[in-house]
Amino acid sequence: MQVELKGITKRFGPVVANRDVTLSVKGGEVLGLLGENGAGKSTLMNVLCGLYAQDEGEIIIDGDPVSFGGPGAAIAAGIGMVHQHFMLVPVFTVAENVVLGVEPTGRLDRLDLASARAKVTEIGEKYGLHVDPDEVIENLPVGVQQRVEIIKVLFRSADLVILDEPTAVLTPQEVEEFFGIVRSLRDAGKAIIFITHKLGEITEIADRISVLRAGEIVGEADPKTARLEDLAQMMVGRPVSFDVDKPPLEAGAPILAVQDLVVLREDDAVAVDRVSLTVRSGEIVGLAGVQGNGQTELIEALTGLRMPAAGTITYQGADITRATVRVRHRMGIAHIPEDRQRSGMIGAFTVAENMVLDTYYDDRFSRGPQIIWPKVHEQAAISATEFDVRTPSVFLRAGHLSGGNQQKLVVARELSRETKLVIAAQPTRGLDVGSVEYIHRRLVEARQEGDGVLIMSSELDEILALSDRILVMFKGRIVAEFDATAAAFDKSAIGLAMAGGAGAEVAA
Amino acid sequence: MTTQGTLDAASRALLKRAAPGRAAFEDLVVVPVFAVIVALVLGALTMLATDVDLPTIGRSYVALLVGAVGSLNAISETLTAAIPLVLAGLGLALGFRAGLFNIGAEGQLLMGGIAAVIVGFSLPGLPFALLMPLCLLAGALVGALYASIAGWLRAATGAHEVISTIMLNLISYRLLDYILRLPTVQLSGRADPISKPVPLNAALPRLLDWIDPNLRLHAGVFLMLAAVAVVYWLLFRTKLGFEFRASGENPDAARYAGIRAGWVIVLAMAIAGALAGLAGASQVLGVLGRATPGFSAGIGFDAIAVALLGRSHPVGVLLAGLLFGALEAGGRQMQVDAGVSIDLIGIIQALIIVFIAAPLLVRAIFPWGFRRHGSEENRP
Ligand SMILES: Nc1ncnc2c1ncn2[C@@H]1O[C@H](COP(=O)(O)OP(=O)(O)OP(=O)(O)O)[C@@H](O)[C@H]1O
Ligand SMILES: [Mg+2]
Repeated sequence: MQVELKGITKRFGPVVANRDVTLSVKGGEVLGLLGENGAGKSTLMNVLCGLYAQDEGEIIIDGDPVSFGGPGAAIAAGIGMVHQHFMLVPVFTVAENVVLGVEPTGRLDRLDLASARAKVTEIGEKYGLHVDPDEVIENLPVGVQQRVEIIKVLFRSADLVILDEPTAVLTPQEVEEFFGIVRSLRDAGKAIIFITHKLGEITEIADRISVLRAGEIVGEADPKTARLEDLAQMMVGRPVSFDVDKPPLEAGAPILAVQDLVVLREDDAVAVDRVSLTVRSGEIVGLAGVQGNGQTELIEALTGLRMPAAGTITYQGADITRATVRVRHRMGIAHIPEDRQRSGMIGAFTVAENMVLDTYYDDRFSRGPQIIWPKVHEQAAISATEFDVRTPSVFLRAGHLSGGNQQKLVVARELSRETKLVIAAQPTRGLDVGSVEYIHRRLVEARQEGDGVLIMSSELDEILALSDRILVMFKGRIVAEFDATAAAFDKSAIGLAMAGGAGAEVAA
Repeated sequence: MTTQGTLDAASRALLKRAAPGRAAFEDLVVVPVFAVIVALVLGALTMLATDVDLPTIGRSYVALLVGAVGSLNAISETLTAAIPLVLAGLGLALGFRAGLFNIGAEGQLLMGGIAAVIVGFSLPGLPFALLMPLCLLAGALVGALYASIAGWLRAATGAHEVISTIMLNLISYRLLDYILRLPTVQLSGRADPISKPVPLNAALPRLLDWIDPNLRLHAGVFLMLAAVAVVYWLLFRTKLGFEFRASGENPDAARYAGIRAGWVIVLAMAIAGALAGLAGASQVLGVLGRATPGFSAGIGFDAIAVALLGRSHPVGVLLAGLLFGALEAGGRQMQVDAGVSIDLIGIIQALIIVFIAAPLLVRAIFPWGFRRHGSEENRP
């Protein structure tokens, strides 16, 4: 199979998301697509999979121009896409999700789930996509949900598989498994388009690289010879530094002190088990750990979203164990939530409304019962410019921003108010290298101004680069603490502690 | 850390508003207009199917139009019918915005209405300037309290408001019957459940009776317009409205932003109930003059359709309420002039709702009225 895009242009009102893009990919190869946030990668792929109609240009499959009236036609032509934001029904099983829309039916239109299940298992075995067909989606970790998305595409017998930022939500271990899957798809003769912001990944897996900037193709690169610095420069149009510039630590008084905190999950299982920790003024503390070891629940307790079962949380000397979310916000605690779309923003609201989602009541933005919208709009415009949120206007629906720009919007909101403690969960998820550099600089700036910063990230490299101190969580407990005052962190010791291994408790 | 930025040229550029897109226009204008047309056509087909001949169908649609807007009396009737629909519809729209599906306007309207009547005949000595507003206030308060029961149940126990408001509707019918038979309420000398009349100094004054005493349009029309403005202000200009809308669009994000869900639910229900109560009060104080069993005549249910048709936007609700008022007034004329059953109006109203609720269907019937697929709408 050979797919070509010729001169594709796609506009959204005044915004030109793709301009005269020409691109091709053939069976048995992985095309890596790079580009800064808002460059038009997702849009281009949505055109290719029939979700958007292009304004100009054509799509050519094996020499014949095709025209898709919708996603159905693209699927029939053998094009399948795994979207940046998953599209699964959480309460359905794996098999039900996979067949959704193309349900195999028996006599009298009865749903034939047995054959669906068999097919799921068969696809799983063929490409190493192991997943239990009867498991309900909402009980599965993101990494496995992603496999379901891929199975869904293969079930519809796609020959071209588009993967839009598949690794953004994966842990490093999951990424390795994922690459195994991509390789087996390629070896089976499928064409693959792979989008990512992680340059190391793209040089590892891609056979060819194309770079988009501001909607246009700005160049190609050979993954075997390309230097990461050059790729970064090609993407954002300026040199990017991968190191975080951090003045030596000058930690002050404790800002946050947690004593023997116990947090339960909905099913009353212990998620956080007698955790004690301190975050001092002027210090960045990294919370490392494999996802699902209690970090999420710990952060929910710190931000007031989940009441702890025991223990105390002290913030600047005051006991806030049972304080509401709003009270904590007012006291200067900022929170960048893990999942921007679910809990960080409201897609149907404008960029401006989202910029004040947790500060609209502030004296800066309201008088009596009224919100002073002109002030909100002004502040939103300032923050959007400062944090480089690419949007034509603050009145655009936030859901129409590109994935990375949605993330920047959330970060901009949280870092644009008076803070003393910044709690950041996956702060740079889905951001391009330039934006990562900027957000890291802002977090270090917050530290320099005397804020305490607590960072949780599934990306160990990010934690290593930013933190003054690293806490490793395993099975709800803090099993190890590493200090950066003397030398660089011992990466392998941290990795070992994350896996619950020997490094725990003794390392320092 | 603190951040101050300045408004430089780059950020100033972001303050430009885009012209309303074609998609918004299709959504707000084209779909409703086509929906009405299709509904009228299907209404005609229904008449054909029930052996009504073509000239009669023609006459009945002429009567519909004349009865709705063809004379001063028609316009007065249309507006009079629209008043309670718009008031209650505004309350429901506000609830929808906050993510609450309140089916209970009917009950809230009955309770508000009877409260207004009772205050009215209990304090006949008060001057108009005091008594009339007091009656309206009573209606709003009692409506709010009655709706808050469902709000509180939802916030405290998670009981779904659809179920609890339906139950509260059923309770309100019986409760009204009971109240209407209380010796202090029942019209003396009557055996059937009927309340004492509202005294003149509690009634909403007729506005056009100096032209013709039969013109029923009353001062409630100002109440209606004021309510449209207030609800618009509340939803889009206030902190509370922001909280309502945020909770309705994404409850999770609202919670993360520190908005208390329970508070929003109770308050949104109470305000919706107050508006339904006002609708009931304006009906008894402006049109009926007393309360009888089932005096709400299904307005609380029609208001659901009005709120949906109006896309839960105050101005949309006003327009939808006027349309429904016109259909009702015109429908009566249609029955008189052409002898067509008033039930047909019900069918047409229902069809309009179906087509509004199914914009894809309308798009499929009138493909040339819309831009082809690939508009901003189908972004994942
Ligand atoms: N439905 C839409 N309405 C208006 N503008 C849109 C819409 N969809 C995308 N855009 C704009 O098109 C541009 C390209 O967006 P796209 O999502 O393709 O970026 P991307 O390259 O995938 O970025 P990211 O890496 O952040 O995911 C952005 O400026 C975005 O705001
Ligand atoms: Mg994207």
